[in-house]
Amino acid sequence: MVDMITVDALNMDSKQLNRKIKELVSQGQKEINIINVLGQRFIGNGIQDNSLKITIHGVAGNDLGMFMEGVSIELFGNAQDGVGNTLNGGTISVHGNAGDVVGYAARGGKIFIEKNVGYRVGIHMKEFENNVPVIVVGGSAGSFLGEYMAGGILVILNINSPKIMKADAIGTGMHGGKIYIRGDVDINNIGKEVVILDIDDNDYKILKNILKEFGNKFNFNAVELLKDKFIKLKAISHRPYGNLYAY
Amino acid sequence: MSVLDRLLPEFFVKVDKELCIKCGQCVMNCGFSALLQDKNKNVKPVHEKCVACQRCMYVCPTKAIQVSKFPGTQKHNDYWKPEYINNIKKQANSGGILLTAAGNDKQYPIIFDRLLLDACQVTNPSIDPLREPMETISYLGEKPVNIFIEFKDNKYILKNNLKPNVKLNSPIIFAAMSYGAISLNAHKALARAAKECGILMNTGEGGLHKDLYEYADNIIVQVASGRFGVTPEYLKRSAAIEIKIGQGAKPGIGGHLPGYKVDDEISFTRMIPKGTDALSPAPHHDIYSIEDLAQLIASLKEATDYSKPVGVKIAAVHNVAAIASGVARADADYIVIDGFRGGTGAAPKMIRDHIGIPIELAIAAVDDRLRKEKIRNKVSIVAAGGIRHAADMAKALALGADFVTIGTAALIAIGCTLCQKCYTGNCSWGIATQRPDLVSRLDPDEASKKLVNLIKGWSLELKEIMGALGINAIESLVGNRERLRALELSSETLEVLGVKPAGR
Amino acid sequence: MIPALEHIPSGCAAAGIMNQSGVCISGDAILDMMSVMHSRSNGLGGGFAAYGIYPEIPNYYCLHIMFDTESAKREVDSLIEENFITEREEKIPTRTIEEIKDPPLLWRYFVLPKPDKLIAKDMESDDFVVKLVMLINTRIPGSYVNSSGKNMGVFKGVGYPEDIGRFFMLEKYNAYIWTAHGRFPTNTPGWWAGAHPFSILDWTVVHNGEISSYGINKRFLETYGYKCVLLTDTEVIAYTFDLLVRKHGLPLDIACNVVAAKFWKDIELMSEEEKKLHTALRMTYGNLLLNGPFAIIVATNNYMMGLNDRIKLRPLVYGKKGDFSYLASEESAIRKVESNLEDVYSLIAGEPLKVEVKKDVCA
Repeated sequence: MVDMITVDALNMDSKQLNRKIKELVSQGQKEINIINVLGQRFIGNGIQDNSLKITIHGVAGNDLGMFMEGVSIELFGNAQDGVGNTLNGGTISVHGNAGDVVGYAARGGKIFIEKNVGYRVGIHMKEFENNVPVIVVGGSAGSFLGEYMAGGILVILNINSPKIMKADAIGTGMHGGKIYIRGDVDINNIGKEVVILDIDDNDYKILKNILKEFGNKFNFNAVELLKDKFIKLKAISHRPYGNLYAY
Repeated sequence: MSVLDRLLPEFFVKVDKELCIKCGQCVMNCGFSALLQDKNKNVKPVHEKCVACQRCMYVCPTKAIQVSKFPGTQKHNDYWKPEYINNIKKQANSGGILLTAAGNDKQYPIIFDRLLLDACQVTNPSIDPLREPMETISYLGEKPVNIFIEFKDNKYILKNNLKPNVKLNSPIIFAAMSYGAISLNAHKALARAAKECGILMNTGEGGLHKDLYEYADNIIVQVASGRFGVTPEYLKRSAAIEIKIGQGAKPGIGGHLPGYKVDDEISFTRMIPKGTDALSPAPHHDIYSIEDLAQLIASLKEATDYSKPVGVKIAAVHNVAAIASGVARADADYIVIDGFRGGTGAAPKMIRDHIGIPIELAIAAVDDRLRKEKIRNKVSIVAAGGIRHAADMAKALALGADFVTIGTAALIAIGCTLCQKCYTGNCSWGIATQRPDLVSRLDPDEASKKLVNLIKGWSLELKEIMGALGINAIESLVGNRERLRALELSSETLEVLGVKPAGR
Repeated sequence: MIPALEHIPSGCAAAGIMNQSGVCISGDAILDMMSVMHSRSNGLGGGFAAYGIYPEIPNYYCLHIMFDTESAKREVDSLIEENFITEREEKIPTRTIEEIKDPPLLWRYFVLPKPDKLIAKDMESDDFVVKLVMLINTRIPGSYVNSSGKNMGVFKGVGYPEDIGRFFMLEKYNAYIWTAHGRFPTNTPGWWAGAHPFSILDWTVVHNGEISSYGINKRFLETYGYKCVLLTDTEVIAYTFDLLVRKHGLPLDIACNVVAAKFWKDIELMSEEEKKLHTALRMTYGNLLLNGPFAIIVATNNYMMGLNDRIKLRPLVYGKKGDFSYLASEESAIRKVESNLEDVYSLIAGEPLKVEVKKDVCA
């Protein structure tokens, strides 16, 4: 058994690549390096393994690390849509951009995206007791950020992006969890269920820990960003639709 | 009194002696004097006067009153219904026209109930109206055909002169119900609710009471054949003007407000002597042909400096498509089409129940005809007459209407129980009456809240329906027949509606 | 080629390549892009649009027509004979491959409207061609016009896009704009005329998504003489742009504001001038709002444009390297043909991304 094994994904389709990965995992392989990835989907899907590390070079296809638990995935390149979809646990780090719907229905684990993400990021994230998913984005995010959020922590750092976020409908339908934004949002661009607050000492502590880890992943001093203005978005009520129905 | 002069009561009022606490609430509340209290405070019903307005049942604290059909069975007859038999006896007594109110209550096929809406699955996502944008804003008035733009200073500038349009938050308008037919408190409630919801109400043909002047931006003023209360001020104090040519409940005949409903205030507002019958003639006596209508429209626009939309209300009759085309070409900015289920304060029963066509067919025919003639943009189409719930509304829009109006539904929200006795002026609910003791029962603030709730509930339901259809803007629903399917309708009806049968 | 009875919703993979200086490349690149996105289709439809492929005969309208039967062709032939001057007509060359079964007859005609016909009908050439296309599609059963522009053509049918590409021998054509599409229709059988791109004159559209407003878009367009008979909602997009841009003279980005209208809540916050313009646009062209998720790639002789619906429910990525611009449903498709991109990003909801050809290449 070698320490790290390399898989060349060139000319493999999604099924072939994933079969190869799962074969290696079942053989006890703990470090897998995949090169020449070009759009293959479902990498890491459904794998439960607390000591497995997968490194990917190239453009990862849709639904990277979906339904995953415990695995550590590191992508050198851009990701497409659905990163960490329904993530149970583990860590996904992307040295690049990610597409739409990052961390949809995530309920544990960590997703770190170095640069920008698309629309509906963190949609319907959940949490329960110690299972608190965390998504950190280094650049900017698109509209419907944190839509329908029920739990978890979403952090947008807006490095090299406009400080007042252009995204719209942020936190629409939110009824739990927290969104931290470095910079500001326009009151016309947040969901009616959301309230904007300043960060307090507790938030500061949480952010410090998260940013330390984020900074380590991408080799820069992220904690320094805490000098800048951060805001917190939370749900006004956990029953925003209590008055909606006629019984 | 000869036995031939007698009529059997329609309803039977039962007072449960054990439950009755003799509070007398029912007696005080009955507008029809159908309940009395004797010297021992026992409640005694006068069955022949009861109209089943149910006010007593609603107010009784112990549910001691029951109003039901008068017992005593007639030999069953599906053809000679009890109503027809009674009507003949009534006419044998009076020699008059049978009067009624509210909308057509007869059994005809209900097309709305044979139409089903689509929903998106798999190939197209439904949209969540609570979290994603869902637009129901609609504009009433004539729309441009072309857009002319110039590029100046790095910006696009619109060169068109737009015709006047009124913006509504939802595609719902409160139907025209005159002050006279209904009470001032009811009118106030409608005006307040319209303002709060960002929609419109309609004065009907009775003029505008000064207490409603502050709501002018949410009021359509009607110009009917009687021209009641039509002053220059009246025209200016409005969001839009509507020429009433006809209404669904009584196509071809004019309005009728019995003299006993014309009190001081009505006399002042309508500018007719107190106690006279307010008759609106059937045609406007300056409109005997389509070019006359064009003239009246032009005249109204000139009088108001072309500052607001001028619309026309017609009843849905056989050649409604051709009429609508003429009206659009006469420069009307919107057309209200009132189907045969439309309500009224007073109408002859024979007219109400047997004349006119269903609104579903009328809307489809008019929308098709205007598109075919390439003049659909010239008018907003407003569907009226028996919109019972938000699904009826959605279906009416899908068939081709830009807006719907609600009359009966609005009144039900503020108490109406459809006893069909509006023309008597004894409405126990304080709605279709001018009797001060009855009118005072209807609190305009409370009633306005009920109306606001109704509009709110229907608007949310409309958004849910749109969401299910994968649509987030109302303009994608209007005229989108593709999202309807029909169940058990004849192929000719399907052709008129432009709707496919369910399964295809 | 049996027309499906009912309207077929659209899938699923779209791509485009353009060289801004008009340098032409073979179809290999676009086929490569599509091969990466293979799993987005289900083999029931694939197609391509290519611009600059007939440089030797650039001034004639090129009608790519498919026929079910010889008799359908004969009818169309006499219609063309009557109305057009024909410079050249020939079978579209194809390669027999196992994966493409039962192809219809595929022909192309290089034509110009007869001048006396134009005078008699008092029409411009473009309008005349549009009218004849609608006529062929509606009146002559078993015949469908796939494209009708100058120095461009649409190649499409039932099969995976890569297979359709090989069938039409696209590696032999050279174009400065290529767009492509692979379908995942949910009805079977797929039919040849239902594949994308949809086209009228030199407009082509490939579309990923489904149009929930199709019913009313269609009825509005019918008022202007466009007949939607190809049973695929994408058809309305091609006619919509032809109407708004060519017939009504609206700038392309304004036309995009019609199909992906600004939200009322955003219009409220605009300056008076802008508010007036956007309100007027929605009032006038509300029936042409494209509701439902979409990513479209629209091309003409002069530009390629990508556009997403206003709440971005479909992916569309742009990439650039030198004079080459790329659009695709997935970034990996772009990287397949160009791994070193200068720029790569996703489109923003409701905002068009247009790349223009720098010089006028259709002589």
